[in-house]
This record gives sequence, structure tokens and C-alpha cells, in this order.
Amino acid sequence: MPKDSGIGASTKRREDVRFLSGTGNYTDDINVRGQAYVHFLRSDVAHGKLNAVDTSAAAAMPGVVRIFTGADFEGIGGLPCGWQVTDRFGEVMQEPGHPVLAQGKVRHVGDPIAAVVAETYEQARDAAEAIEVDIEDLPAVVDMKAALADGATKVHDDLKNNLCYDWGFVEENRDAVDAAIKGAAHVTTLELVNQRMVANPMEPRVAVGDFDRGTGDHTLYTTSQNPHVIRLLMGAFVLGIPEHKLRVVAPDVGGGFGTKIFHYAEEAFCTFAAKAVNRPVKWTSSRSEAFMSDAHGRDHVTKIELALDAENNFVALRTDTLANMGAYLSTFAPSVPTWLHGTLMAGNYKTPLIYVNVKAVFTNTVPVDAYRGAGRPEATYQLERVVDKAARELGVDPIALRRQNFITEFPYATPVAVEYDTGDYNATMDKLEEMGDFAGFAARRAESEKNGKLRGLGVNCYIEACGIAPSNLVGQLGARAGLYESATVRVNATGGLVVMTGSHSHGQGHETAFPQVIAEMIGIDESMVEIVHGDTANAPMGMGTYGSRSLAVGGSAMVRATEKIINKARKIAAHLMEAAEADIELKDGAFSVAGTDKSVAWGDVCLAAYVPHNYPLEDIEPGLEETAFYDPSNFTYPSGAYACEVEVDPETGKVSIERMLAADDFGNIVNPMIVSGQVHGGLAQGIGQALLEHCIYDDDGQLLSASYMDYAMPRADDLPFYEVDHSSCTPCTHNPLGVKGCGEAGAIGSPPSVVNAVVDALQSGGKNVTHIDMPLSPSRVWAAMQG
Amino acid sequence: MVDVTMTVNGVSKSGSVEGRTLLSGFLRDGLGLTGTHVGCDTSQCGACVVHVDGVAVKSCTMFAVEADGATVDTIEGQAAADGTLNTIQQAFQDHHGLQCGFCTPGMVMSAAALLKDNPKPSEAEIRDYLEGNLCRCTGYHNIVKAIMAASGQDTAAIAAE
Repeated sequence: MPKDSGIGASTKRREDVRFLSGTGNYTDDINVRGQAYVHFLRSDVAHGKLNAVDTSAAAAMPGVVRIFTGADFEGIGGLPCGWQVTDRFGEVMQEPGHPVLAQGKVRHVGDPIAAVVAETYEQARDAAEAIEVDIEDLPAVVDMKAALADGATKVHDDLKNNLCYDWGFVEENRDAVDAAIKGAAHVTTLELVNQRMVANPMEPRVAVGDFDRGTGDHTLYTTSQNPHVIRLLMGAFVLGIPEHKLRVVAPDVGGGFGTKIFHYAEEAFCTFAAKAVNRPVKWTSSRSEAFMSDAHGRDHVTKIELALDAENNFVALRTDTLANMGAYLSTFAPSVPTWLHGTLMAGNYKTPLIYVNVKAVFTNTVPVDAYRGAGRPEATYQLERVVDKAARELGVDPIALRRQNFITEFPYATPVAVEYDTGDYNATMDKLEEMGDFAGFAARRAESEKNGKLRGLGVNCYIEACGIAPSNLVGQLGARAGLYESATVRVNATGGLVVMTGSHSHGQGHETAFPQVIAEMIGIDESMVEIVHGDTANAPMGMGTYGSRSLAVGGSAMVRATEKIINKARKIAAHLMEAAEADIELKDGAFSVAGTDKSVAWGDVCLAAYVPHNYPLEDIEPGLEETAFYDPSNFTYPSGAYACEVEVDPETGKVSIERMLAADDFGNIVNPMIVSGQVHGGLAQGIGQALLEHCIYDDDGQLLSASYMDYAMPRADDLPFYEVDHSSCTPCTHNPLGVKGCGEAGAIGSPPSVVNAVVDALQSGGKNVTHIDMPLSPSRVWAAMQG
Repeated sequence: MVDVTMTVNGVSKSGSVEGRTLLSGFLRDGLGLTGTHVGCDTSQCGACVVHVDGVAVKSCTMFAVEADGATVDTIEGQAAADGTLNTIQQAFQDHHGLQCGFCTPGMVMSAAALLKDNPKPSEAEIRDYLEGNLCRCTGYHNIVKAIMAASGQDTAAIAAE
């Protein structure tokens, strides 16, 4: 029976009431008395020398408060990068500066040149048009291979070249992998592109800076997935504001998908300018600005080779990837194609030898960083495409080939440095086969053929690493931060709880799901627990929400803090009932003495803590508030098996998704309704990548897909009802809830099955098509069919 | 500046706007009705959908002066005075038809317009109607399901929670 409350219940979301009635509090809804507005004048060329920026005419325009240029930020720290990768030769990556406003050069379309602060947005925009910018065009570096060629124009004049790093993993395996591939019975090779994507949360970014001259306190309201991280990065590395004088608030945030992790120039600018002009300064991004200033995602070009022995066992895997960094290093950019990608290349398979090479490249494009899945979709896509291609080349069933090579014993140490704690890949594949009625596929295909359509079935598996991450491990790998999470549980005198967390909810439903856990631990109603997040003034140090980490890491911190609360409450209860602490039991919101009918209610214990008249003051302090920091000992490893059935119209090349199935193992589940919703959203983004979305630059570095007129967002009529299941459960062994994380799975797991399905459809129609690069637009599919 | 007056959620409201002020801007900045959201600048996303004289309109495609004298209904006027959600709003909560909530006001207002014209829309009709409302969180599954439920149709057959 499904539960109706606590862990495992599909509790309806409490936050929905405000979102459904228009009373949410998003950053753009915040207006601070006396605020001015900023508009950024952005480069319209991809690469140029900034000879002069003349603001004199603009400064005289109506309403202008002050105009800032790069010169105003001389001597002020640039935007920092939070991860330093060491290359295969032991050298640290090349790390260019990233000024808040362009200095000397512009390096991508959208690079901010000047900032106009005015009384109104309209006045700021009008004045920006009157700024005279003298830019000497330089050749733009757009294509990654061209960027690495000898003599290529350099994006950063002070670097040796456009190579950020040349990373090899595991470098010691390089020769052994080469030898194994050379001697293998069969090698399947695939070259593919994981195209550039734009995360596109529906809420554009917003920043409001405020400064209190009386106290010297700064406040930044911002659309962030991790306000504490912004406080640390901006305070310590950019503006030199100590953390106790800087408050960062990220209120209701309208989606993130990775792109709101990073510290952006506009945040630093508004904080800086609020002090400089002595009034609050607000910036609201337009969607057009978002396309050229939000960090993009993916953008890998890969060659992958899978070697098999005569019995079709995987014996070695080798990949070569070019990864686009864009013009500057966004906050976590260097980690994405390396530690979030190379470590996942074993996938679900016991391939004994793996070597991953990644060359990260600077180009005159918007910086690229984490987008839902971040490295893991790129790993999964190439691996699951090459396994499918191998099955076709060998004439074996793609599911059977996968099952034959599955890892089946856990814990399992991969040859790419991670240890999977649990999993059961046959179980999720069994579930997928049960859901998918693959036996009936031939009949469905025949029906499609009657309608003049080609039908295809594609399957894939995935594994991901979530719950980032053990701090001591990521420190060794180049992270410049710890990746724990914190929680403070404050019990009020009347028994209600306020839980302050460093995790941030921007669609994930934390305000509903987290109380389910805590209420169950104590045995009280969920409505007695309130979650407070998104404000550095409330929560202790936190690392925020990304990488499907909130429940696994943030939830674990809450569990630890709640355990401390219960331990202290037990001491108080023992005192109140004049019993030994060891005999006290907590059940259904009451403490009782084992073997007796003595009992004291939760609320009475809480009251005693704050009105300590009858209280063991000599042993414990009054009050009931505890903080815990939780640092995970390993990543978590959700996994699953996905399938897609498509119909392809042979006349037009149009692909329609007929069925999309996901069988996941997320470990234990707190709120199945929310988990399904997370998978649905991930699937839509994965299908969007597979069929529709593509961020395109022309050869001059002009961004061609810079609006919803040009960038094909998935719409309701592009997508089907999904069939999802997460009943397979191998609980995580190393966190207290046994949870693994579900936020990114759909986006990681779905693109390969869509492409596998289209290839299957085309081959069933007699076309010798082995691969088409995403997005599988009608023109690309049609062209492939003609080939 | 031009003076405008309109009936917003049943109450007469006046303000002074520039000729270029969009209805979405007047609602948000002029009247403080920040439930209407702006998610793009090309009238694609639909987060700003309101009803003008009973018709669903993207309020970013309309100047405030064009709505002078009109009746405008926004997300803030959908629930009962005591906060009780209306049928569509309640269906969105019951069926998890929203996550971050940013597109939600436009989705609810579009759904209301659809159901007014077509009280029992098919799945295909709902998906077709929502062509002008983008959601990045839900993959639309639960939005479509919520609208079917709000129209009194049985959603039990639809896969997943």
C-alpha cells in the first residue's frame, strides 16, 4: 500500500499553492526602494580589440546615473574558476582572466563592454545605444579543431595557445588500451558530436545589488542554485567583501538546470555598483541576453572505439574528445569534460581497460559549463551509441550484448577510479522489457509501415555519479571547494521545526519532500516542519543544489542534525520521566519508557527545553537547535534502462516519439510523485537534445540561435506521455537515507535511445545509416536517408 | 505618458504609462501583480498569458494603452477570496503539473481559456493548444494530465504518477 505521509508518500507539494496563485517571490519580483536599473552593452562581434569606449554622449542622456566600463574594474578580481584540472603531463590547465566588464578585448558575442545605470530600464537601454565603441575586428576562433591548429588566432593573447588542457585518464592505461584495441577480435568506431545546448530555465537571470552605507553590509538578490557559493566566490575573489558583510539571497528561482550554479559578471556588477552609486541596482536579463550570457552546455566532439573479443566481451574502450570551454572558464567548466565525464566511461559494463583523452579548447563563444547531467550525458551518449553500433555490426541483439557485459557484482571498482556501491542492471533491464512489450514491437512496426512510416526501437542503459562529492577526493582532483552540505534544525518551544539548509529548491520540491523525512524520524505531522533555504543569512554554509545532490547530501545533513535533536530530546525526556536515557523510546511523536506506560509528548519535551524549570541544567544546555555538516564518503550511482520507439516519416525525415520508457534505480525514494516529475522533465530535455535543440554559431562567431524563434525548445506537441518506473531499488550503502538522486537521470538516459531508435527505423527501411548527429531534425534525417 | 484605466481581477485600476510600456510591464511594475511572468522577448514562452476581455493574450505582445478600458484577468484573480484554488489550479497541484512555477501562471491561464472553448479536450488538442506555452521542468506530461483532470476526464490510464 502506498503511504499517505512520510518517506515514500506522494505528498502534494506545499509550495504549489503560492506558485499557482501568483504569489511566488522570484528575484524579478523584488524591488528595493530607490533602485536604479542597469543595462549591459554587449559585444556584437565575437572577437575584437577594444580601442575606445566613449560614454560621454550617453552619460548626458535622460535618467543616466553612471556608466561603467572595464576601466572601473581595473585592479578588481576577475570571475574565478572553481576547478583546476591537471593535464596528462602533470601541468596545470591554462587559466585566463575573466574581467567583470571587458578590458582590452571582447571575446564572444555578448561579452559585456559597458554598463549603464539609469533611473529606468528604458533610459538605460536608450543611453546604451549612444555609447560609441571602437572595436577592431579580429578573426574569430569558432571551430575547435581550427582553434588547436598551429598559428591559430589566440582567444587570450597571454596564453600559449587555445588549449586549456590535454587530459588523459587513466594515463597509466594508455598503452595497454592501445595494445588491447590493436589485438581485439572486433573494434567498433564511432565519431559523434554532442551538440552545444542552452539550459534555458524559463526564468531569465536577475540580480539586485543593495548596499547599506550605515552598516557597510552588502546584499545581493540573485537567481542562483547556490547562494553560499556565490557569496564565497564573489566576496573572496572578485570584490573583496568578507562573508559576514555580504548576504546573498536566492528566493524562488524559476529553474536552473546547471546554468544558475555559476558566478556571473552581472552579480558582481550589481553588488559593486550599488555601493558605487549608493543606491540599489537591478538587472533583469532578457531572453536574448540569456542566450549570449548564460553558460551553455555540452559541445563535445568525440571519437570512441570499443574493442570486443571473439565472444563479444568488451575488452577495451578508448575515447578522444574535444570539449569547448568557450571564451572564458566558467565556474566549474574544467570539471565537466574530465571528472564528471571520464570517470563514467565504464558505464554499466565490466570493460577492463579504458582510456579517455580530453582536450579542452578556448573559442570565441559563450563559456560552456554544466548543463543537466554535466559530462555524464556526454559519456552515456557515446558509450551507448557505440555499444548499439557494435551490436548491429556483430549481428547480435543489443539488449543481449549489454546484459552479457553488465557489471553484476558490487561493490565494483571501475578502471576509471570510481567504486559503484550498489546496482542491479539486469533488474532495471528486466523491468524495461516488461514495460516495453518488446515482443509486440514487430506488430507495431507492421502497423506503422501500413501508414507509410518507419518504426524503430532503441534501448540504452546509463549510470551516473550523483551526490557530489567527498571533499577530500574532489580536492585531490582540483576542486577549489568542499562539497559537503549543512543543515540547522531549530525546534521551537511549541514543537514545530524550522530546517535551514544549504540546498536550494528551484523546482525540486524540497519544501515538501524534506519535511517528509524529518517528520517520519520524529513521528510528527509533516506540516510541523518548515524548510528555509536560499538565504545566506539563515542557513549555515552550504554548497547548493546541482548534480542530483540535494537529498543524498543535503538530506543526509538534515538527518544527522535531526538525530542530534532526538538525542538531546531523549535526555530531556528521561529527566522529565525520571528514567534512564537508555530506556527512552521515540515513537509517533512521543517519548516513552520501555516496558512502562510512562510517556511524554514531543511538544512537552520541546517546551521543557525552552522553559527549563524542571530540566537537567547541570548536564545539558537549554534550547533545542542543532547543526550538522555532512560530507559524503562516495558518490551515489543511480542507474537505469531506457527505451524509445519512434516513427520516421520517410518523405520528410520527421521523427515522432511514439513511446519513451524509463526504468530507473534511484535507491530509496522519499516522494514518488516528485521523482516521476523529475524524470519526466529530464526526458523532455533529453528528447529536446536528440531531436530539436542546437545552439549554433556561424564561422564568424555570430550566435544564430539566440531566441525562441531560432532555438527549438521542446513544446507540448513534440512530446508523448512517458512511461516511467522506479520500483527497482538497490539502496545507496553509504548515506543514511539510502538515496541516490534522480534529477538528471532523464536527461542522461534518453538521448542515446532516441538516436538508436531512429537508426533502427532507417535500417529497417533498408537505409544504410549507422549514425546521425543530434539534433535529428527532419533535414538531417532526410539527408541521411538519401545518402 | 498616457493614463490608462482597466478592470483587473474585478477591480478598477489606473496608472500612467509610456506608449511603449507593455501590458505585462504595467501589470508587474505598475500594479505590483508579479504573478504574470516574462520569460522571453519574442512572445514564444507564454509565461505572461492573461485574459483580456475573456480572451487569452500574451501580455508581452500588447501595449498597456491597448488594454485601456478592458477587463483583464490574471493569475492572482483565479483562486477564491479565501485562497481556495480553482479547479484548474487544484488539478495542477493534484497532478504535479508544476515544478519551478515560473511558467505556471501562463499555463493555468491558457488552460482556462482552452477549457472555456473546449470543455473536454483530447490529449492531442491540449498539446496543440499549449504550443505557445513553454515549460522546461515538467516535460508537459503532468500539465497535460492536470488539464485533462480539470476537465473531468479520467486520467487513471495515463502511465506513471
